[in-house]
Amino acid sequence: MLRIKPGTRHRVTVTVNGRRHGGFAEARTLLSDFLRHELKLFGTHVGCEHGVCGACTVNIDGRAVRSCLRFAVQVDGAEIGTVEGLAEGGSLSPLQEAFRRHHALQCGFCTAGILISATQFLETNPDPTEDEVRDMLSGHICRCTGYEGMVRAILDVAGGSS
Amino acid sequence: MKPAPFEYCRADTLDEALELMAEFGSDASALAGGMSLGPMLNMRLARPAAVIDINPVESLAGIAADGGVLETGALCRQVDALASPLIAESVPLLAEALPFVGHFQTRNRGTLGGSVCHADPSAEIPLALVALGGEVVVQRKGRARTIAADDFFDGIFATAREPDELVTALRWPRATAGTGCAFDEIAQRQGDFAIAAVAAAATVDPDGGLSAVSLGLGGIEDRPVLADLSGFVGAPATAETAAGAAALAADRADPIEDPKASAAYRRQLVRVLGARALERAFDRAGAAPC
Repeated sequence: MLRIKPGTRHRVTVTVNGRRHGGFAEARTLLSDFLRHELKLFGTHVGCEHGVCGACTVNIDGRAVRSCLRFAVQVDGAEIGTVEGLAEGGSLSPLQEAFRRHHALQCGFCTAGILISATQFLETNPDPTEDEVRDMLSGHICRCTGYEGMVRAILDVAGGSS
Repeated sequence: MKPAPFEYCRADTLDEALELMAEFGSDASALAGGMSLGPMLNMRLARPAAVIDINPVESLAGIAADGGVLETGALCRQVDALASPLIAESVPLLAEALPFVGHFQTRNRGTLGGSVCHADPSAEIPLALVALGGEVVVQRKGRARTIAADDFFDGIFATAREPDELVTALRWPRATAGTGCAFDEIAQRQGDFAIAAVAAAATVDPDGGLSAVSLGLGGIEDRPVLADLSGFVGAPATAETAAGAAALAADRADPIEDPKASAAYRRQLVRVLGARALERAFDRAGAAPC
């Protein structure tokens, strides 16, 4: 049993994009704030802070989830993937390339979360239908694009990898 | 949009979780997936002294058949329930309802037990449990009890759970031959809170008459409710019967009004969605075990 009193700071160690990071969090510190303010990883964006908009979506132990609905103290020891980890060796991932090719972003605020979602979605469902892609995207709010470019980009990558 | 300070308590076993529930009682909130409690904490609608994280308690995550009942642990994730062949086969109503629950990203973390505990009147999992006549298992230190789903939900965010009790499992009656069910809902966008949700179940005898029929309604009143359709037992399992039964359910419902929809619109949705769902349930009852 672990107990963390209110107002005290607790050591949290996580692996983010393959690199170990450590920092301190209060019991009530959201993972999204821990990533940004404590680990200075600003790729993960914070929108609504109640699980609706999807901007803060990160991958925790293999699943795309809301980082604003997780406390940092809950993820001690976890493997976390954020948008900073998608491009390897300075080149964009195939999905990121497709987002650029299909104009799947405009302001880009929501994009970090959507890329994380879509990446895990394609891992579990490598050959999705358009309806399945749209259903997955319903967990994100984008106010610029109308989603059409994202649907095309995700289907393009799925088709290319099959 | 940041939670008020609280004490974080991580239970590694069920005994530890129950000890913490006993210690804090009504000052505690049990944390499962956090898809409902998280927003409540962030918006400070909930300000518990202690948040008891039960996620490490692996014994609460299982799915197991127990005779005519399928028992899902409170921590069973919605994504795992959706992928479970046992649930698809034994509780097809739940399998059909789950894609309406939130989104891919929230089902990855959200749990069956958490949704039931939160008791949002428009939530799909509580509705499915009520529609099937399921049960909720709650435990406190030294005592477990089982509550019929229909008695568990008291109103908006209100349940029969005592403050020191933890929801540990849900019990779903397994589908039998000759029984069919169907789920449908209308929301402002995919995965949003239902304006109206319906869960139909019917048993059709070999000569095409209804030996049982029910229609559960979500998002209509302050809790998931079952329409009394006993007058339709013995009626033929036809589209006309489905329409008549849904119309009766709509007439007898006492729908809430909110900025999303008027009572009249909700009543109309019960009429239309209810008829469709009942008709589908009749067809499935004739076709295969459901």
